[in-house]
Amino acid sequence: MTSEIIIQTLASGLLIGLIYALIAIGLTLIFGVMDIVNFSHGEFLMLGMYSSFWLYAIYHLDPIYTLPLTAVLLFGVGAMVYRVVIKKIIDAPMLAQIFTTFGLMILFRGLAQFLWKPDFRTVGNSVVSGTVSLSGIQIGLPQLTAGVGAILVTLGIYLFLTKTRTGAALEATAADKEAARLMGIDSQRMFTLAWGVGAACAGVAGGLLSTFFPIFPEIGANFILTAFVVVNLGGFGSVVGALLAGILVGVIEVMGGFFLGPQYKMGIVLCLFLAVLMFRPQGLMGKV
Amino acid sequence: MNQLNQQPVVSASYGSAGYKWPMRLFFVVLLAVVIFFPFFEKSPSHQNFVILVLMAAQLGVAWNIIGGYAGQISLGQVAFYGLGAYTSTLLFTKFGINPWFAIPIGGLLAACISLAVGWSCFCLKGHYFAMATIAVAEIIQIVFTNWDFAGGAVGLNLPMEGGWKFLIFADKEPYYYLALGLLLLTLGVNYAIEKSYFGYYLRAIKDEPDAAQSLGVNLSLYKQIAFAISSFFTALGGSLYAHKELYIDPGSVLHTGLSIKMALVSILGGVGTLSGPVIGAAVLTFIEEGTRMLFGGSGKGTDLVIYAALIVVIAVYYPAGVVGWIRGYLSRRTAIRQMQLEGRSA
Repeated sequence: MTSEIIIQTLASGLLIGLIYALIAIGLTLIFGVMDIVNFSHGEFLMLGMYSSFWLYAIYHLDPIYTLPLTAVLLFGVGAMVYRVVIKKIIDAPMLAQIFTTFGLMILFRGLAQFLWKPDFRTVGNSVVSGTVSLSGIQIGLPQLTAGVGAILVTLGIYLFLTKTRTGAALEATAADKEAARLMGIDSQRMFTLAWGVGAACAGVAGGLLSTFFPIFPEIGANFILTAFVVVNLGGFGSVVGALLAGILVGVIEVMGGFFLGPQYKMGIVLCLFLAVLMFRPQGLMGKV
Repeated sequence: MNQLNQQPVVSASYGSAGYKWPMRLFFVVLLAVVIFFPFFEKSPSHQNFVILVLMAAQLGVAWNIIGGYAGQISLGQVAFYGLGAYTSTLLFTKFGINPWFAIPIGGLLAACISLAVGWSCFCLKGHYFAMATIAVAEIIQIVFTNWDFAGGAVGLNLPMEGGWKFLIFADKEPYYYLALGLLLLTLGVNYAIEKSYFGYYLRAIKDEPDAAQSLGVNLSLYKQIAFAISSFFTALGGSLYAHKELYIDPGSVLHTGLSIKMALVSILGGVGTLSGPVIGAAVLTFIEEGTRMLFGGSGKGTDLVIYAALIVVIAVYYPAGVVGWIRGYLSRRTAIRQMQLEGRSA
């Protein structure tokens, strides 16, 4: 009986961990390419959730089917944020960069509250609902879909970065901006791309979450700290690291919540974060 | 013209030298106005506004010691603010220790904990240090939210009656002078730091850590001292808040947004300058209260949108803050005047 509960807990930790990984990949991509920590990343997730919600509420389209649309929309938002704001602070002091993305975070939250009210909203009857039973373990179908979706997108990002010319150019810019520019890579284009893809990752994660999570303007706050932990644990700039770290954080969080009580979930994750910063600041897969 | 534009960057800190005496006169007059303000302005809401400015300024000055002078961007100072508020309140309400003793004890405890945090986090650079301090503050918030003895999520009340013996008052004026006194004390310590070798060490650590180390400056020691001083005064600010509001809970004294505000006040005014946080506090409180009065109350978050948009605009276009902008302007004028004296045309 107990072992069944633990396996069940492990499974749900794994599935939420995959979502954390997808959010963190967006963050790590932006950081890797241009050394800016995006504090407003949780708000891209929030916008992704609202995009799914409104497409569902107005056009009765299921969040799962509208994922590509959400991805495109958020790509646009991310690219625009780069073009309008971030472009101006690439060479600014770190303090100015932190406060710019921090201001963007409050701005997006405020706009969402202004436009769509602070109410909790939910997607009622998605095509994915109910539970499936896998050899005795009960898993929610929305969570399972979200986990599988997150793996697929992560795989897609990984292939894009390693197998395409554009992806290679992005990696080159991340490795050495100046050298990449000398090779004829337009760094402005790469930065825009990184912000677009980064925001799209968070947006897709939001779309996947929208089938089983409440949607409200402050939802990003629930994920941003966890995303930082995952990015650090995996190593800034590493996609594979983020995937492994996401799963690890998801499992530790859920197991910790199971044994110590759910109110300490975040505390455990943050202690893990501090321990990693202290003993292995480059993360699991990061380079020194 | 191009040369004119480059001049201020080099001589930004010396450019205003020609305006030293008018500046000093201005500050003396300002201080006199602030001291006598409660005599000619009796409206509690107006007095409260100035108290808010003074308290925000004090926190900004305290943040500036570690964040501005030493360049270690702590985004978790609210941990020490909350520790100060909780320690003095718990000692007072549960153990009957007089606030005159309990408040400094809270400050010392915060300073001690800052040493532990600094010891483990100062090896981290840039973003990593900032994020580690956020994590520390969040952990402390979780601890206090789940700690029943400290009131848990419900919070703690302070008794209503008191007077100067317990630093609890029915009207605003005593708090006004407490806030002003604490701000002047913090400014005094900051001024002493700025003029001492310690201040030079801190600026060396901020600008050229490797060079400073190679010249024998003990980086982690001076960072620790700066962090402890900053945390001590932040904790005193927390205790003042507890005594003014007579109620604290994790949401009010351990809220991450407050850490950001402490840093924002300095950035808005001018990082690493004495008067910057004070100017920043006046501007930020004015914006906050103004937008709240004009657009708040609708529950639509309009005030939040305007506030956030202003933060972004300032961070993008005026990263040097108000003081940096004034210095730049004054040194441009000095440069023009000098050129005219030398008989050259600009």
